[in-house]
Amino acid sequence: MIYLDNSATTKPKKEVMDTFIKANEDYYGNPASLHKLGNTAENLLESARRQIAKELQMQHVVFTSGGTEANNLAILGTAQAYAHRGRHIITAVTEHPSVLKSVDQLEARGFEITRLPVDPSGSIDLDHLKTSLRNDTILVTLMQVNNETGAVHPVSEFKEILQGTRTFLHIDAVQGIGKIRMRTEDMPDLLTISAHKIHGLKGSGVLAFNDVQPEAIVIGGGQESGYRSGTVPVPQAAAFAKALRLARPNPEWGLWNKTLREFFGQFEDIKVISPESAAPHILSAAMKGVKGEILVSALQEESIIVSTSSACSSKNKETSHVIKAMGVPAAYQSGVIRLSFGAYTTEQDIAAFQHAFKKVHAIIKGV
Amino acid sequence: MKTNQILIRYGELSTKGKNRSSFIGRLRDNIRHTFSDLGKLQIQAERDRMFINSDSEEDLEQVIARLPKVFGIQSFSPVTETELSIEAMKKAAVAIIGKMDTEGKSFKVSVRRANKQFGMEKPEILQAIGSSVLSTYSGLSVKMKDPDIELKVEIREKAAYMTAEVIAGAGGLPIGAGGKALLMLSGGLDSPVAGYHMLKRGVRLELIHFFSPPFTNDRAKEKVLDLADKLSQFGSSVNLHIIPFTKLQQEVHKQVPDNITMTSTRRMMMRVADKVLEQTDCKAIITGESLGQVASQTLESLYAINAVTTTPVLRPLISTDKLEIIDTAMKIGTHDISIRPFEDCCTIFTPANPKTKPKLEKVEYYEGFVSFDELIQEAVDHREIIKFPRAKKNEFEDLL
Repeated sequence: MIYLDNSATTKPKKEVMDTFIKANEDYYGNPASLHKLGNTAENLLESARRQIAKELQMQHVVFTSGGTEANNLAILGTAQAYAHRGRHIITAVTEHPSVLKSVDQLEARGFEITRLPVDPSGSIDLDHLKTSLRNDTILVTLMQVNNETGAVHPVSEFKEILQGTRTFLHIDAVQGIGKIRMRTEDMPDLLTISAHKIHGLKGSGVLAFNDVQPEAIVIGGGQESGYRSGTVPVPQAAAFAKALRLARPNPEWGLWNKTLREFFGQFEDIKVISPESAAPHILSAAMKGVKGEILVSALQEESIIVSTSSACSSKNKETSHVIKAMGVPAAYQSGVIRLSFGAYTTEQDIAAFQHAFKKVHAIIKGV
Repeated sequence: MKTNQILIRYGELSTKGKNRSSFIGRLRDNIRHTFSDLGKLQIQAERDRMFINSDSEEDLEQVIARLPKVFGIQSFSPVTETELSIEAMKKAAVAIIGKMDTEGKSFKVSVRRANKQFGMEKPEILQAIGSSVLSTYSGLSVKMKDPDIELKVEIREKAAYMTAEVIAGAGGLPIGAGGKALLMLSGGLDSPVAGYHMLKRGVRLELIHFFSPPFTNDRAKEKVLDLADKLSQFGSSVNLHIIPFTKLQQEVHKQVPDNITMTSTRRMMMRVADKVLEQTDCKAIITGESLGQVASQTLESLYAINAVTTTPVLRPLISTDKLEIIDTAMKIGTHDISIRPFEDCCTIFTPANPKTKPKLEKVEYYEGFVSFDELIQEAVDHREIIKFPRAKKNEFEDLL
């Protein structure tokens, strides 16, 4: 089996699993307990937290149940905490549902939301961002790398635009962390990352932040300095720290990406959707007049695992909001497949994909 | 162009007459100790100032970041070395001033031309450097007397040296210059701050903590260890003496009426501290007491407690308000540790109505039925001694 769906999720690394198992076996105490076992678990938790904070160059790290909860906390929590300053939030139409649904909910509560459109390359117009900013804009929330197309947003330019304002910048870096480098000076006020996209475990996310105090949305025993209640899963935290430490981009992704773009270029009825400037580890393409699901299952017959535009949206029948927003021609809209690379992807996988795709394409065309 | 030197101006030491050279030596040793984790630093101590040299700019950045914590320094300045050309000096000047806040500030350049071979005369040099800085930073205005920013240029044999930024030091005296004393460290807000004040006056610390398991738990101990670690970050290592105090505390409760146990307990602590003091060559006991703050800190209480010893008991916080103490605790990074909610041996066993005006004769009368000497000696003998700063090894390094 050749797994090219690493943006949906990744296979946990052996080292990460080892950490997880050892932490469960040896440090299973509740970090809030007073006894030694609790104390050691707390020390492990805080070491993991420090390591992640250092890796990200951010001050605060709060462990969550995943990227979705981290995004919810960043947006709902910041909105709640700073509503006295203003009730306007800016985002883009191509964001992840965990962002879009959060702002929808705020809109229903009386916040004003600006949803910036994107051009065919998936980019927002920076001038449009500038002119949308108002005195009462409390938050700009945008993703670093789009999960469906790999389109990259220029975080450093967002930062520059927001400089001197009191507007917080939240970046959803779930698809970008460990894949494309982020400079320390580009770190936003709030940053979402998720473990299972970097060969860590599912159910484990982080919201990192600097000089901002979002209000908790999961409330109870006041764990995580009150930012996120619930017994903290120390083994997940430790495994996350390990996964993040081991995560690094593979320079070959760019080469494979180029190879595949050229490969798709040979077919008249295939259109590469990912913009030229997209992140190297995600490549989406569409076949004219054919449903993505058909390609996915046909490729699976050949032991190649890819997905339609995104794993989250692949189960509902509607066309992806990202694909629509980028103005992909109608004939291609439902034929999108996404390939995404991870640490275990090899050159042979890329070659095997091409071989299988040729075969699948011929079969579908022959029908 | 590179920053390869830091110039240090001494604090009060300049007035210390004959002891001056020992003070300077002490400061040099403390600086060495503080930066022992960095690569080799050359430290050149002169009568009026000290120079730290290093070829590693990264190391010097670390020095600049951490030097404001070292006592005995009034201020310091990074020095930039450039080659002997006016263009290089102009460029360096612009870069140096660029790091500072220039908006609405006054400015001047001064030049020492020690190298008489240098091709330009002083007024020309002043003119060239001054105008390139002023044309770059429009917020600056020239002022010859007491400017906010003075860029000093020294042209020497092989290079030119430039400095402008003046960073405030911690003041005080180099630690160790004032001898050694024993700090009673409870885990609360006050005692670490008291320790800090004495460190600032050049006193080295030994720390003593009274631990009463199972009435106080590991978390409470951890808190004290973390505080000790903080106190070891001011340029001098410290030892923490952890006294097993349970038996003594229980004996006190057996012997004396409830409302004076607190007074009596403190007297026992003093007696234990006195023994440790003898063994560690300390010359005083330091406490975080502040007059009137709690029942044990009234003058009557202090009188009854103090009566067990002739050792000087230093109470640097005696006249400070709680808010001032909190401010300092925040500044020195002990606040967040101190407020962790774990019992220490003073907060358990606290009677509902401790006497605020205990009578010495009464306390002595009740204590008189048994001799505490043996229990005191036992506590001293069984103490645990931990040295700080603790080795930085992360126990979870392999796991994470």
